[in-house]
Amino acid sequence: MADQDNNSIAFVATEVIPESPPPARETGVVKWLRENLFSSVTNTILTVLALALIYLVLKSTMPWILNGLWTTSSLAECREILDGTTGACFSVLTERWNQLIYGFKYPVEEYWRPNLAFLLMLVAIAPVLFFDLPRKLLIVTALFPFVAFWLIWGGTILAPLIALIGFIVAGAFFQKFGRNNFALGFFGAIVIALAIWSIGGSMIPEGASENALLPAVPSRDLGGFMLNMMLGLTCVSLSVPLGIALALGRQSNMPLIKGICVVFIEFVRGVPLITLLFVASVMLSYFFPPDATVDLFLRVVIMITLFSAAYIAEVVRGGLAALPKGQYEAADSLGLDYPQAMRLIILPQALKISIPGIVNVAVGLFKDTTLVSVISMFDLVGMIRGPILASTEWNGVYWELFGFAAALFFVVCYGISQYSQWLERKLHKGH
Amino acid sequence: MTTLTDPPKESFRLSMLINDTRYRSLTFQAIAAIALTLAIWYLGNNLIQNLRAAGLNISYAFLGDSAGYDINQRLIEYDSQSSHARAALVGLLNTLLVAFLACITATIFGVVAGVLRLSNNWIVSKLMAVYVEIFRNIPVLIWIIIIFTIMTAVMPGPREFRGDNATSSMVLDLFAFTNRGVYVPMPFFENGLFGNATLNWVLVLLVAVGSWYATRANNARAAKVQADTGVRPNTLWVNLAIWLVPFVVLMFIMGLAWEVPALKGFNFKGGIKIGGPLIALWFALSIYTGAFIAENVRAGIQAVSKGQTEAASALGLRPNKVMNLVILPQALRVIIPPLISQYLNITKNSSLAIAVGYADITATLGGITLNQTGRAIECVLLLMLFYLTASLLISMAMNVYNASVKLKER
Repeated sequence: MADQDNNSIAFVATEVIPESPPPARETGVVKWLRENLFSSVTNTILTVLALALIYLVLKSTMPWILNGLWTTSSLAECREILDGTTGACFSVLTERWNQLIYGFKYPVEEYWRPNLAFLLMLVAIAPVLFFDLPRKLLIVTALFPFVAFWLIWGGTILAPLIALIGFIVAGAFFQKFGRNNFALGFFGAIVIALAIWSIGGSMIPEGASENALLPAVPSRDLGGFMLNMMLGLTCVSLSVPLGIALALGRQSNMPLIKGICVVFIEFVRGVPLITLLFVASVMLSYFFPPDATVDLFLRVVIMITLFSAAYIAEVVRGGLAALPKGQYEAADSLGLDYPQAMRLIILPQALKISIPGIVNVAVGLFKDTTLVSVISMFDLVGMIRGPILASTEWNGVYWELFGFAAALFFVVCYGISQYSQWLERKLHKGH
Repeated sequence: MTTLTDPPKESFRLSMLINDTRYRSLTFQAIAAIALTLAIWYLGNNLIQNLRAAGLNISYAFLGDSAGYDINQRLIEYDSQSSHARAALVGLLNTLLVAFLACITATIFGVVAGVLRLSNNWIVSKLMAVYVEIFRNIPVLIWIIIIFTIMTAVMPGPREFRGDNATSSMVLDLFAFTNRGVYVPMPFFENGLFGNATLNWVLVLLVAVGSWYATRANNARAAKVQADTGVRPNTLWVNLAIWLVPFVVLMFIMGLAWEVPALKGFNFKGGIKIGGPLIALWFALSIYTGAFIAENVRAGIQAVSKGQTEAASALGLRPNKVMNLVILPQALRVIIPPLISQYLNITKNSSLAIAVGYADITATLGGITLNQTGRAIECVLLLMLFYLTASLLISMAMNVYNASVKLKER
């Protein structure tokens, strides 16, 4: 039997053939290259074009960057040393570093104050950005605006102190009465805060700023990238609550309030920021009491805040509209009143949906702070176009300066957008 | 037997204004109305007092005064003796011009970058990602200034085109890139049918519109034949003829010629001059907004689910039919609304012209006129009115479009 089988079947493999490696073109780098770069004729052409482009860009910029000088004192000296070879003159950045960052009027011996405020900002912003950090850090966040104001502007400590006391007392009042009656707590807190500020403000003695611990620095002396960061941070943090209020107003069923919010939002979104900055620089002072002198920084902060609040309102409205109706009905059926429903059910979910949009608005706002250079404030762009390029030493150093400004903005804005994507992934609960 | 009785009449108490939801909203609105009136009264009162103190009044009479400044880049007749209103009109047309040009090029950049970013070529998609991230994350003002610097500081001056061993030369002998602007050849008619050049161009436009309608009619006829017989007649050659023949004949009759810019004296003469500020603004707005449009296009294409492609293929459609009949109509529904709001952004961002000296409406009305006359309130209000009107018109167009492509559901 066994013999017959052996005769009729020519060959039977008794052992498994060893695995042979896949063909060379189907493995590793070669496969990746073939599939991702050279899969068709069009793709190959595109790859070659892209490589050529990258080569051209690198070829024209790398010698310029690598050959750059960092320590000369003027463009003429740079040209002398370079002697006709390609090379950047980065010395303008090192020589004018203080002007680029702090503006040209901020007193040099006080630079530690904005620096300290910047470090405090990192600590204060951390618990807002990362929810895993201990919640106690939020105390730093709450105190930061007052400390930073005192550090940067200097002068009497009484002003930020009174502002802080006003907030604390109003907050305590709201904690006590707002739980049962939101309207009473809310409006009462506003009245109390206003009372404390006006009484306290009148109690600050004349000339309290003259021999204060920190010498006072007027707002018009602020400048450079510091001004961009201050405008960006202040306006974003002020416009988020205002934007939420506007969005709630627009969704409200009270026709008058809804009408006011709609008109405001559509008006602000319809005009460019530049016209609003014109309003701040030439028109707004007509609307203040004749004897009041509101400085330009504050006027610009007001207008930029109103501007970005309208955009944030639209983003939040999108979040509110995206919530299923059942959520509103569920809140109603639990017997919650409007403030409770908003605070406990609606807003936490709606804001979560709107975070990417809000971050987008914040990035846009931060980029738009460069526009203040048009109304002759010396922010980073204003410093470059004004005092630095106009000086005899550095007249003609365009690429180094604009490249530096572009790089600074890129780092900050790209960082924020990467954070936003990370947060979106983290908050996504998969339902 | 039961009878329906009215609920017991409640007498109105004052506390119901706060505690009763029927009246509470009225209370709040009344408070809001009072607060609004007070605020307006306060601001208006301050305004009147300040104006009186400064000896000013609100009047638009200055618009009729002679402006007294020159504008280089203009689409209509204007000189320094023209009125401020005329200057504002020149600025308005310049704003519309740069916005229109930038919308077209930004769309081209955006669509190309958005589609290439989805390419399965690794290096190309990464390159496009770099483009998008770099241009989105740097303020448009910096881009405008950088390109303006290229236009004024890097481009050669007209004198470098002069002489036998000139350091610069015209591209193809037709285009001159100088630091005073770019000169391109200008078409004109040697023996136009009308004396007025504008009327001749209107005629060309009319012929083009006529050709467009004719090709549409031809396509409709082809579709009907296809519906009747199942075979679609070839429309390509007929359409090409409809487009080309009348156009070529018209150009031949009117004698189309090109005026090529040439160096005369210290500057180029002839041709169309596109000023450096216009190019800076146009190009910067295009690449900046193009990066945003690229993201919108990518999102729109990715929003069409893969099942749609597969279903279309299963029905036996060819790849380009799949794209035209299935993917694009659905992707466009997602792409167009953000695209139009990007157009709105371009229009608003064109106000940055003031940073490079392009004479748009912000620079004329809100810049020079405002500074010369000191009529800050009037100028800024007119400026806002213009931009508001433009935005409202664009959003109206968007609403009409949205309504027309809305999914027709039960």
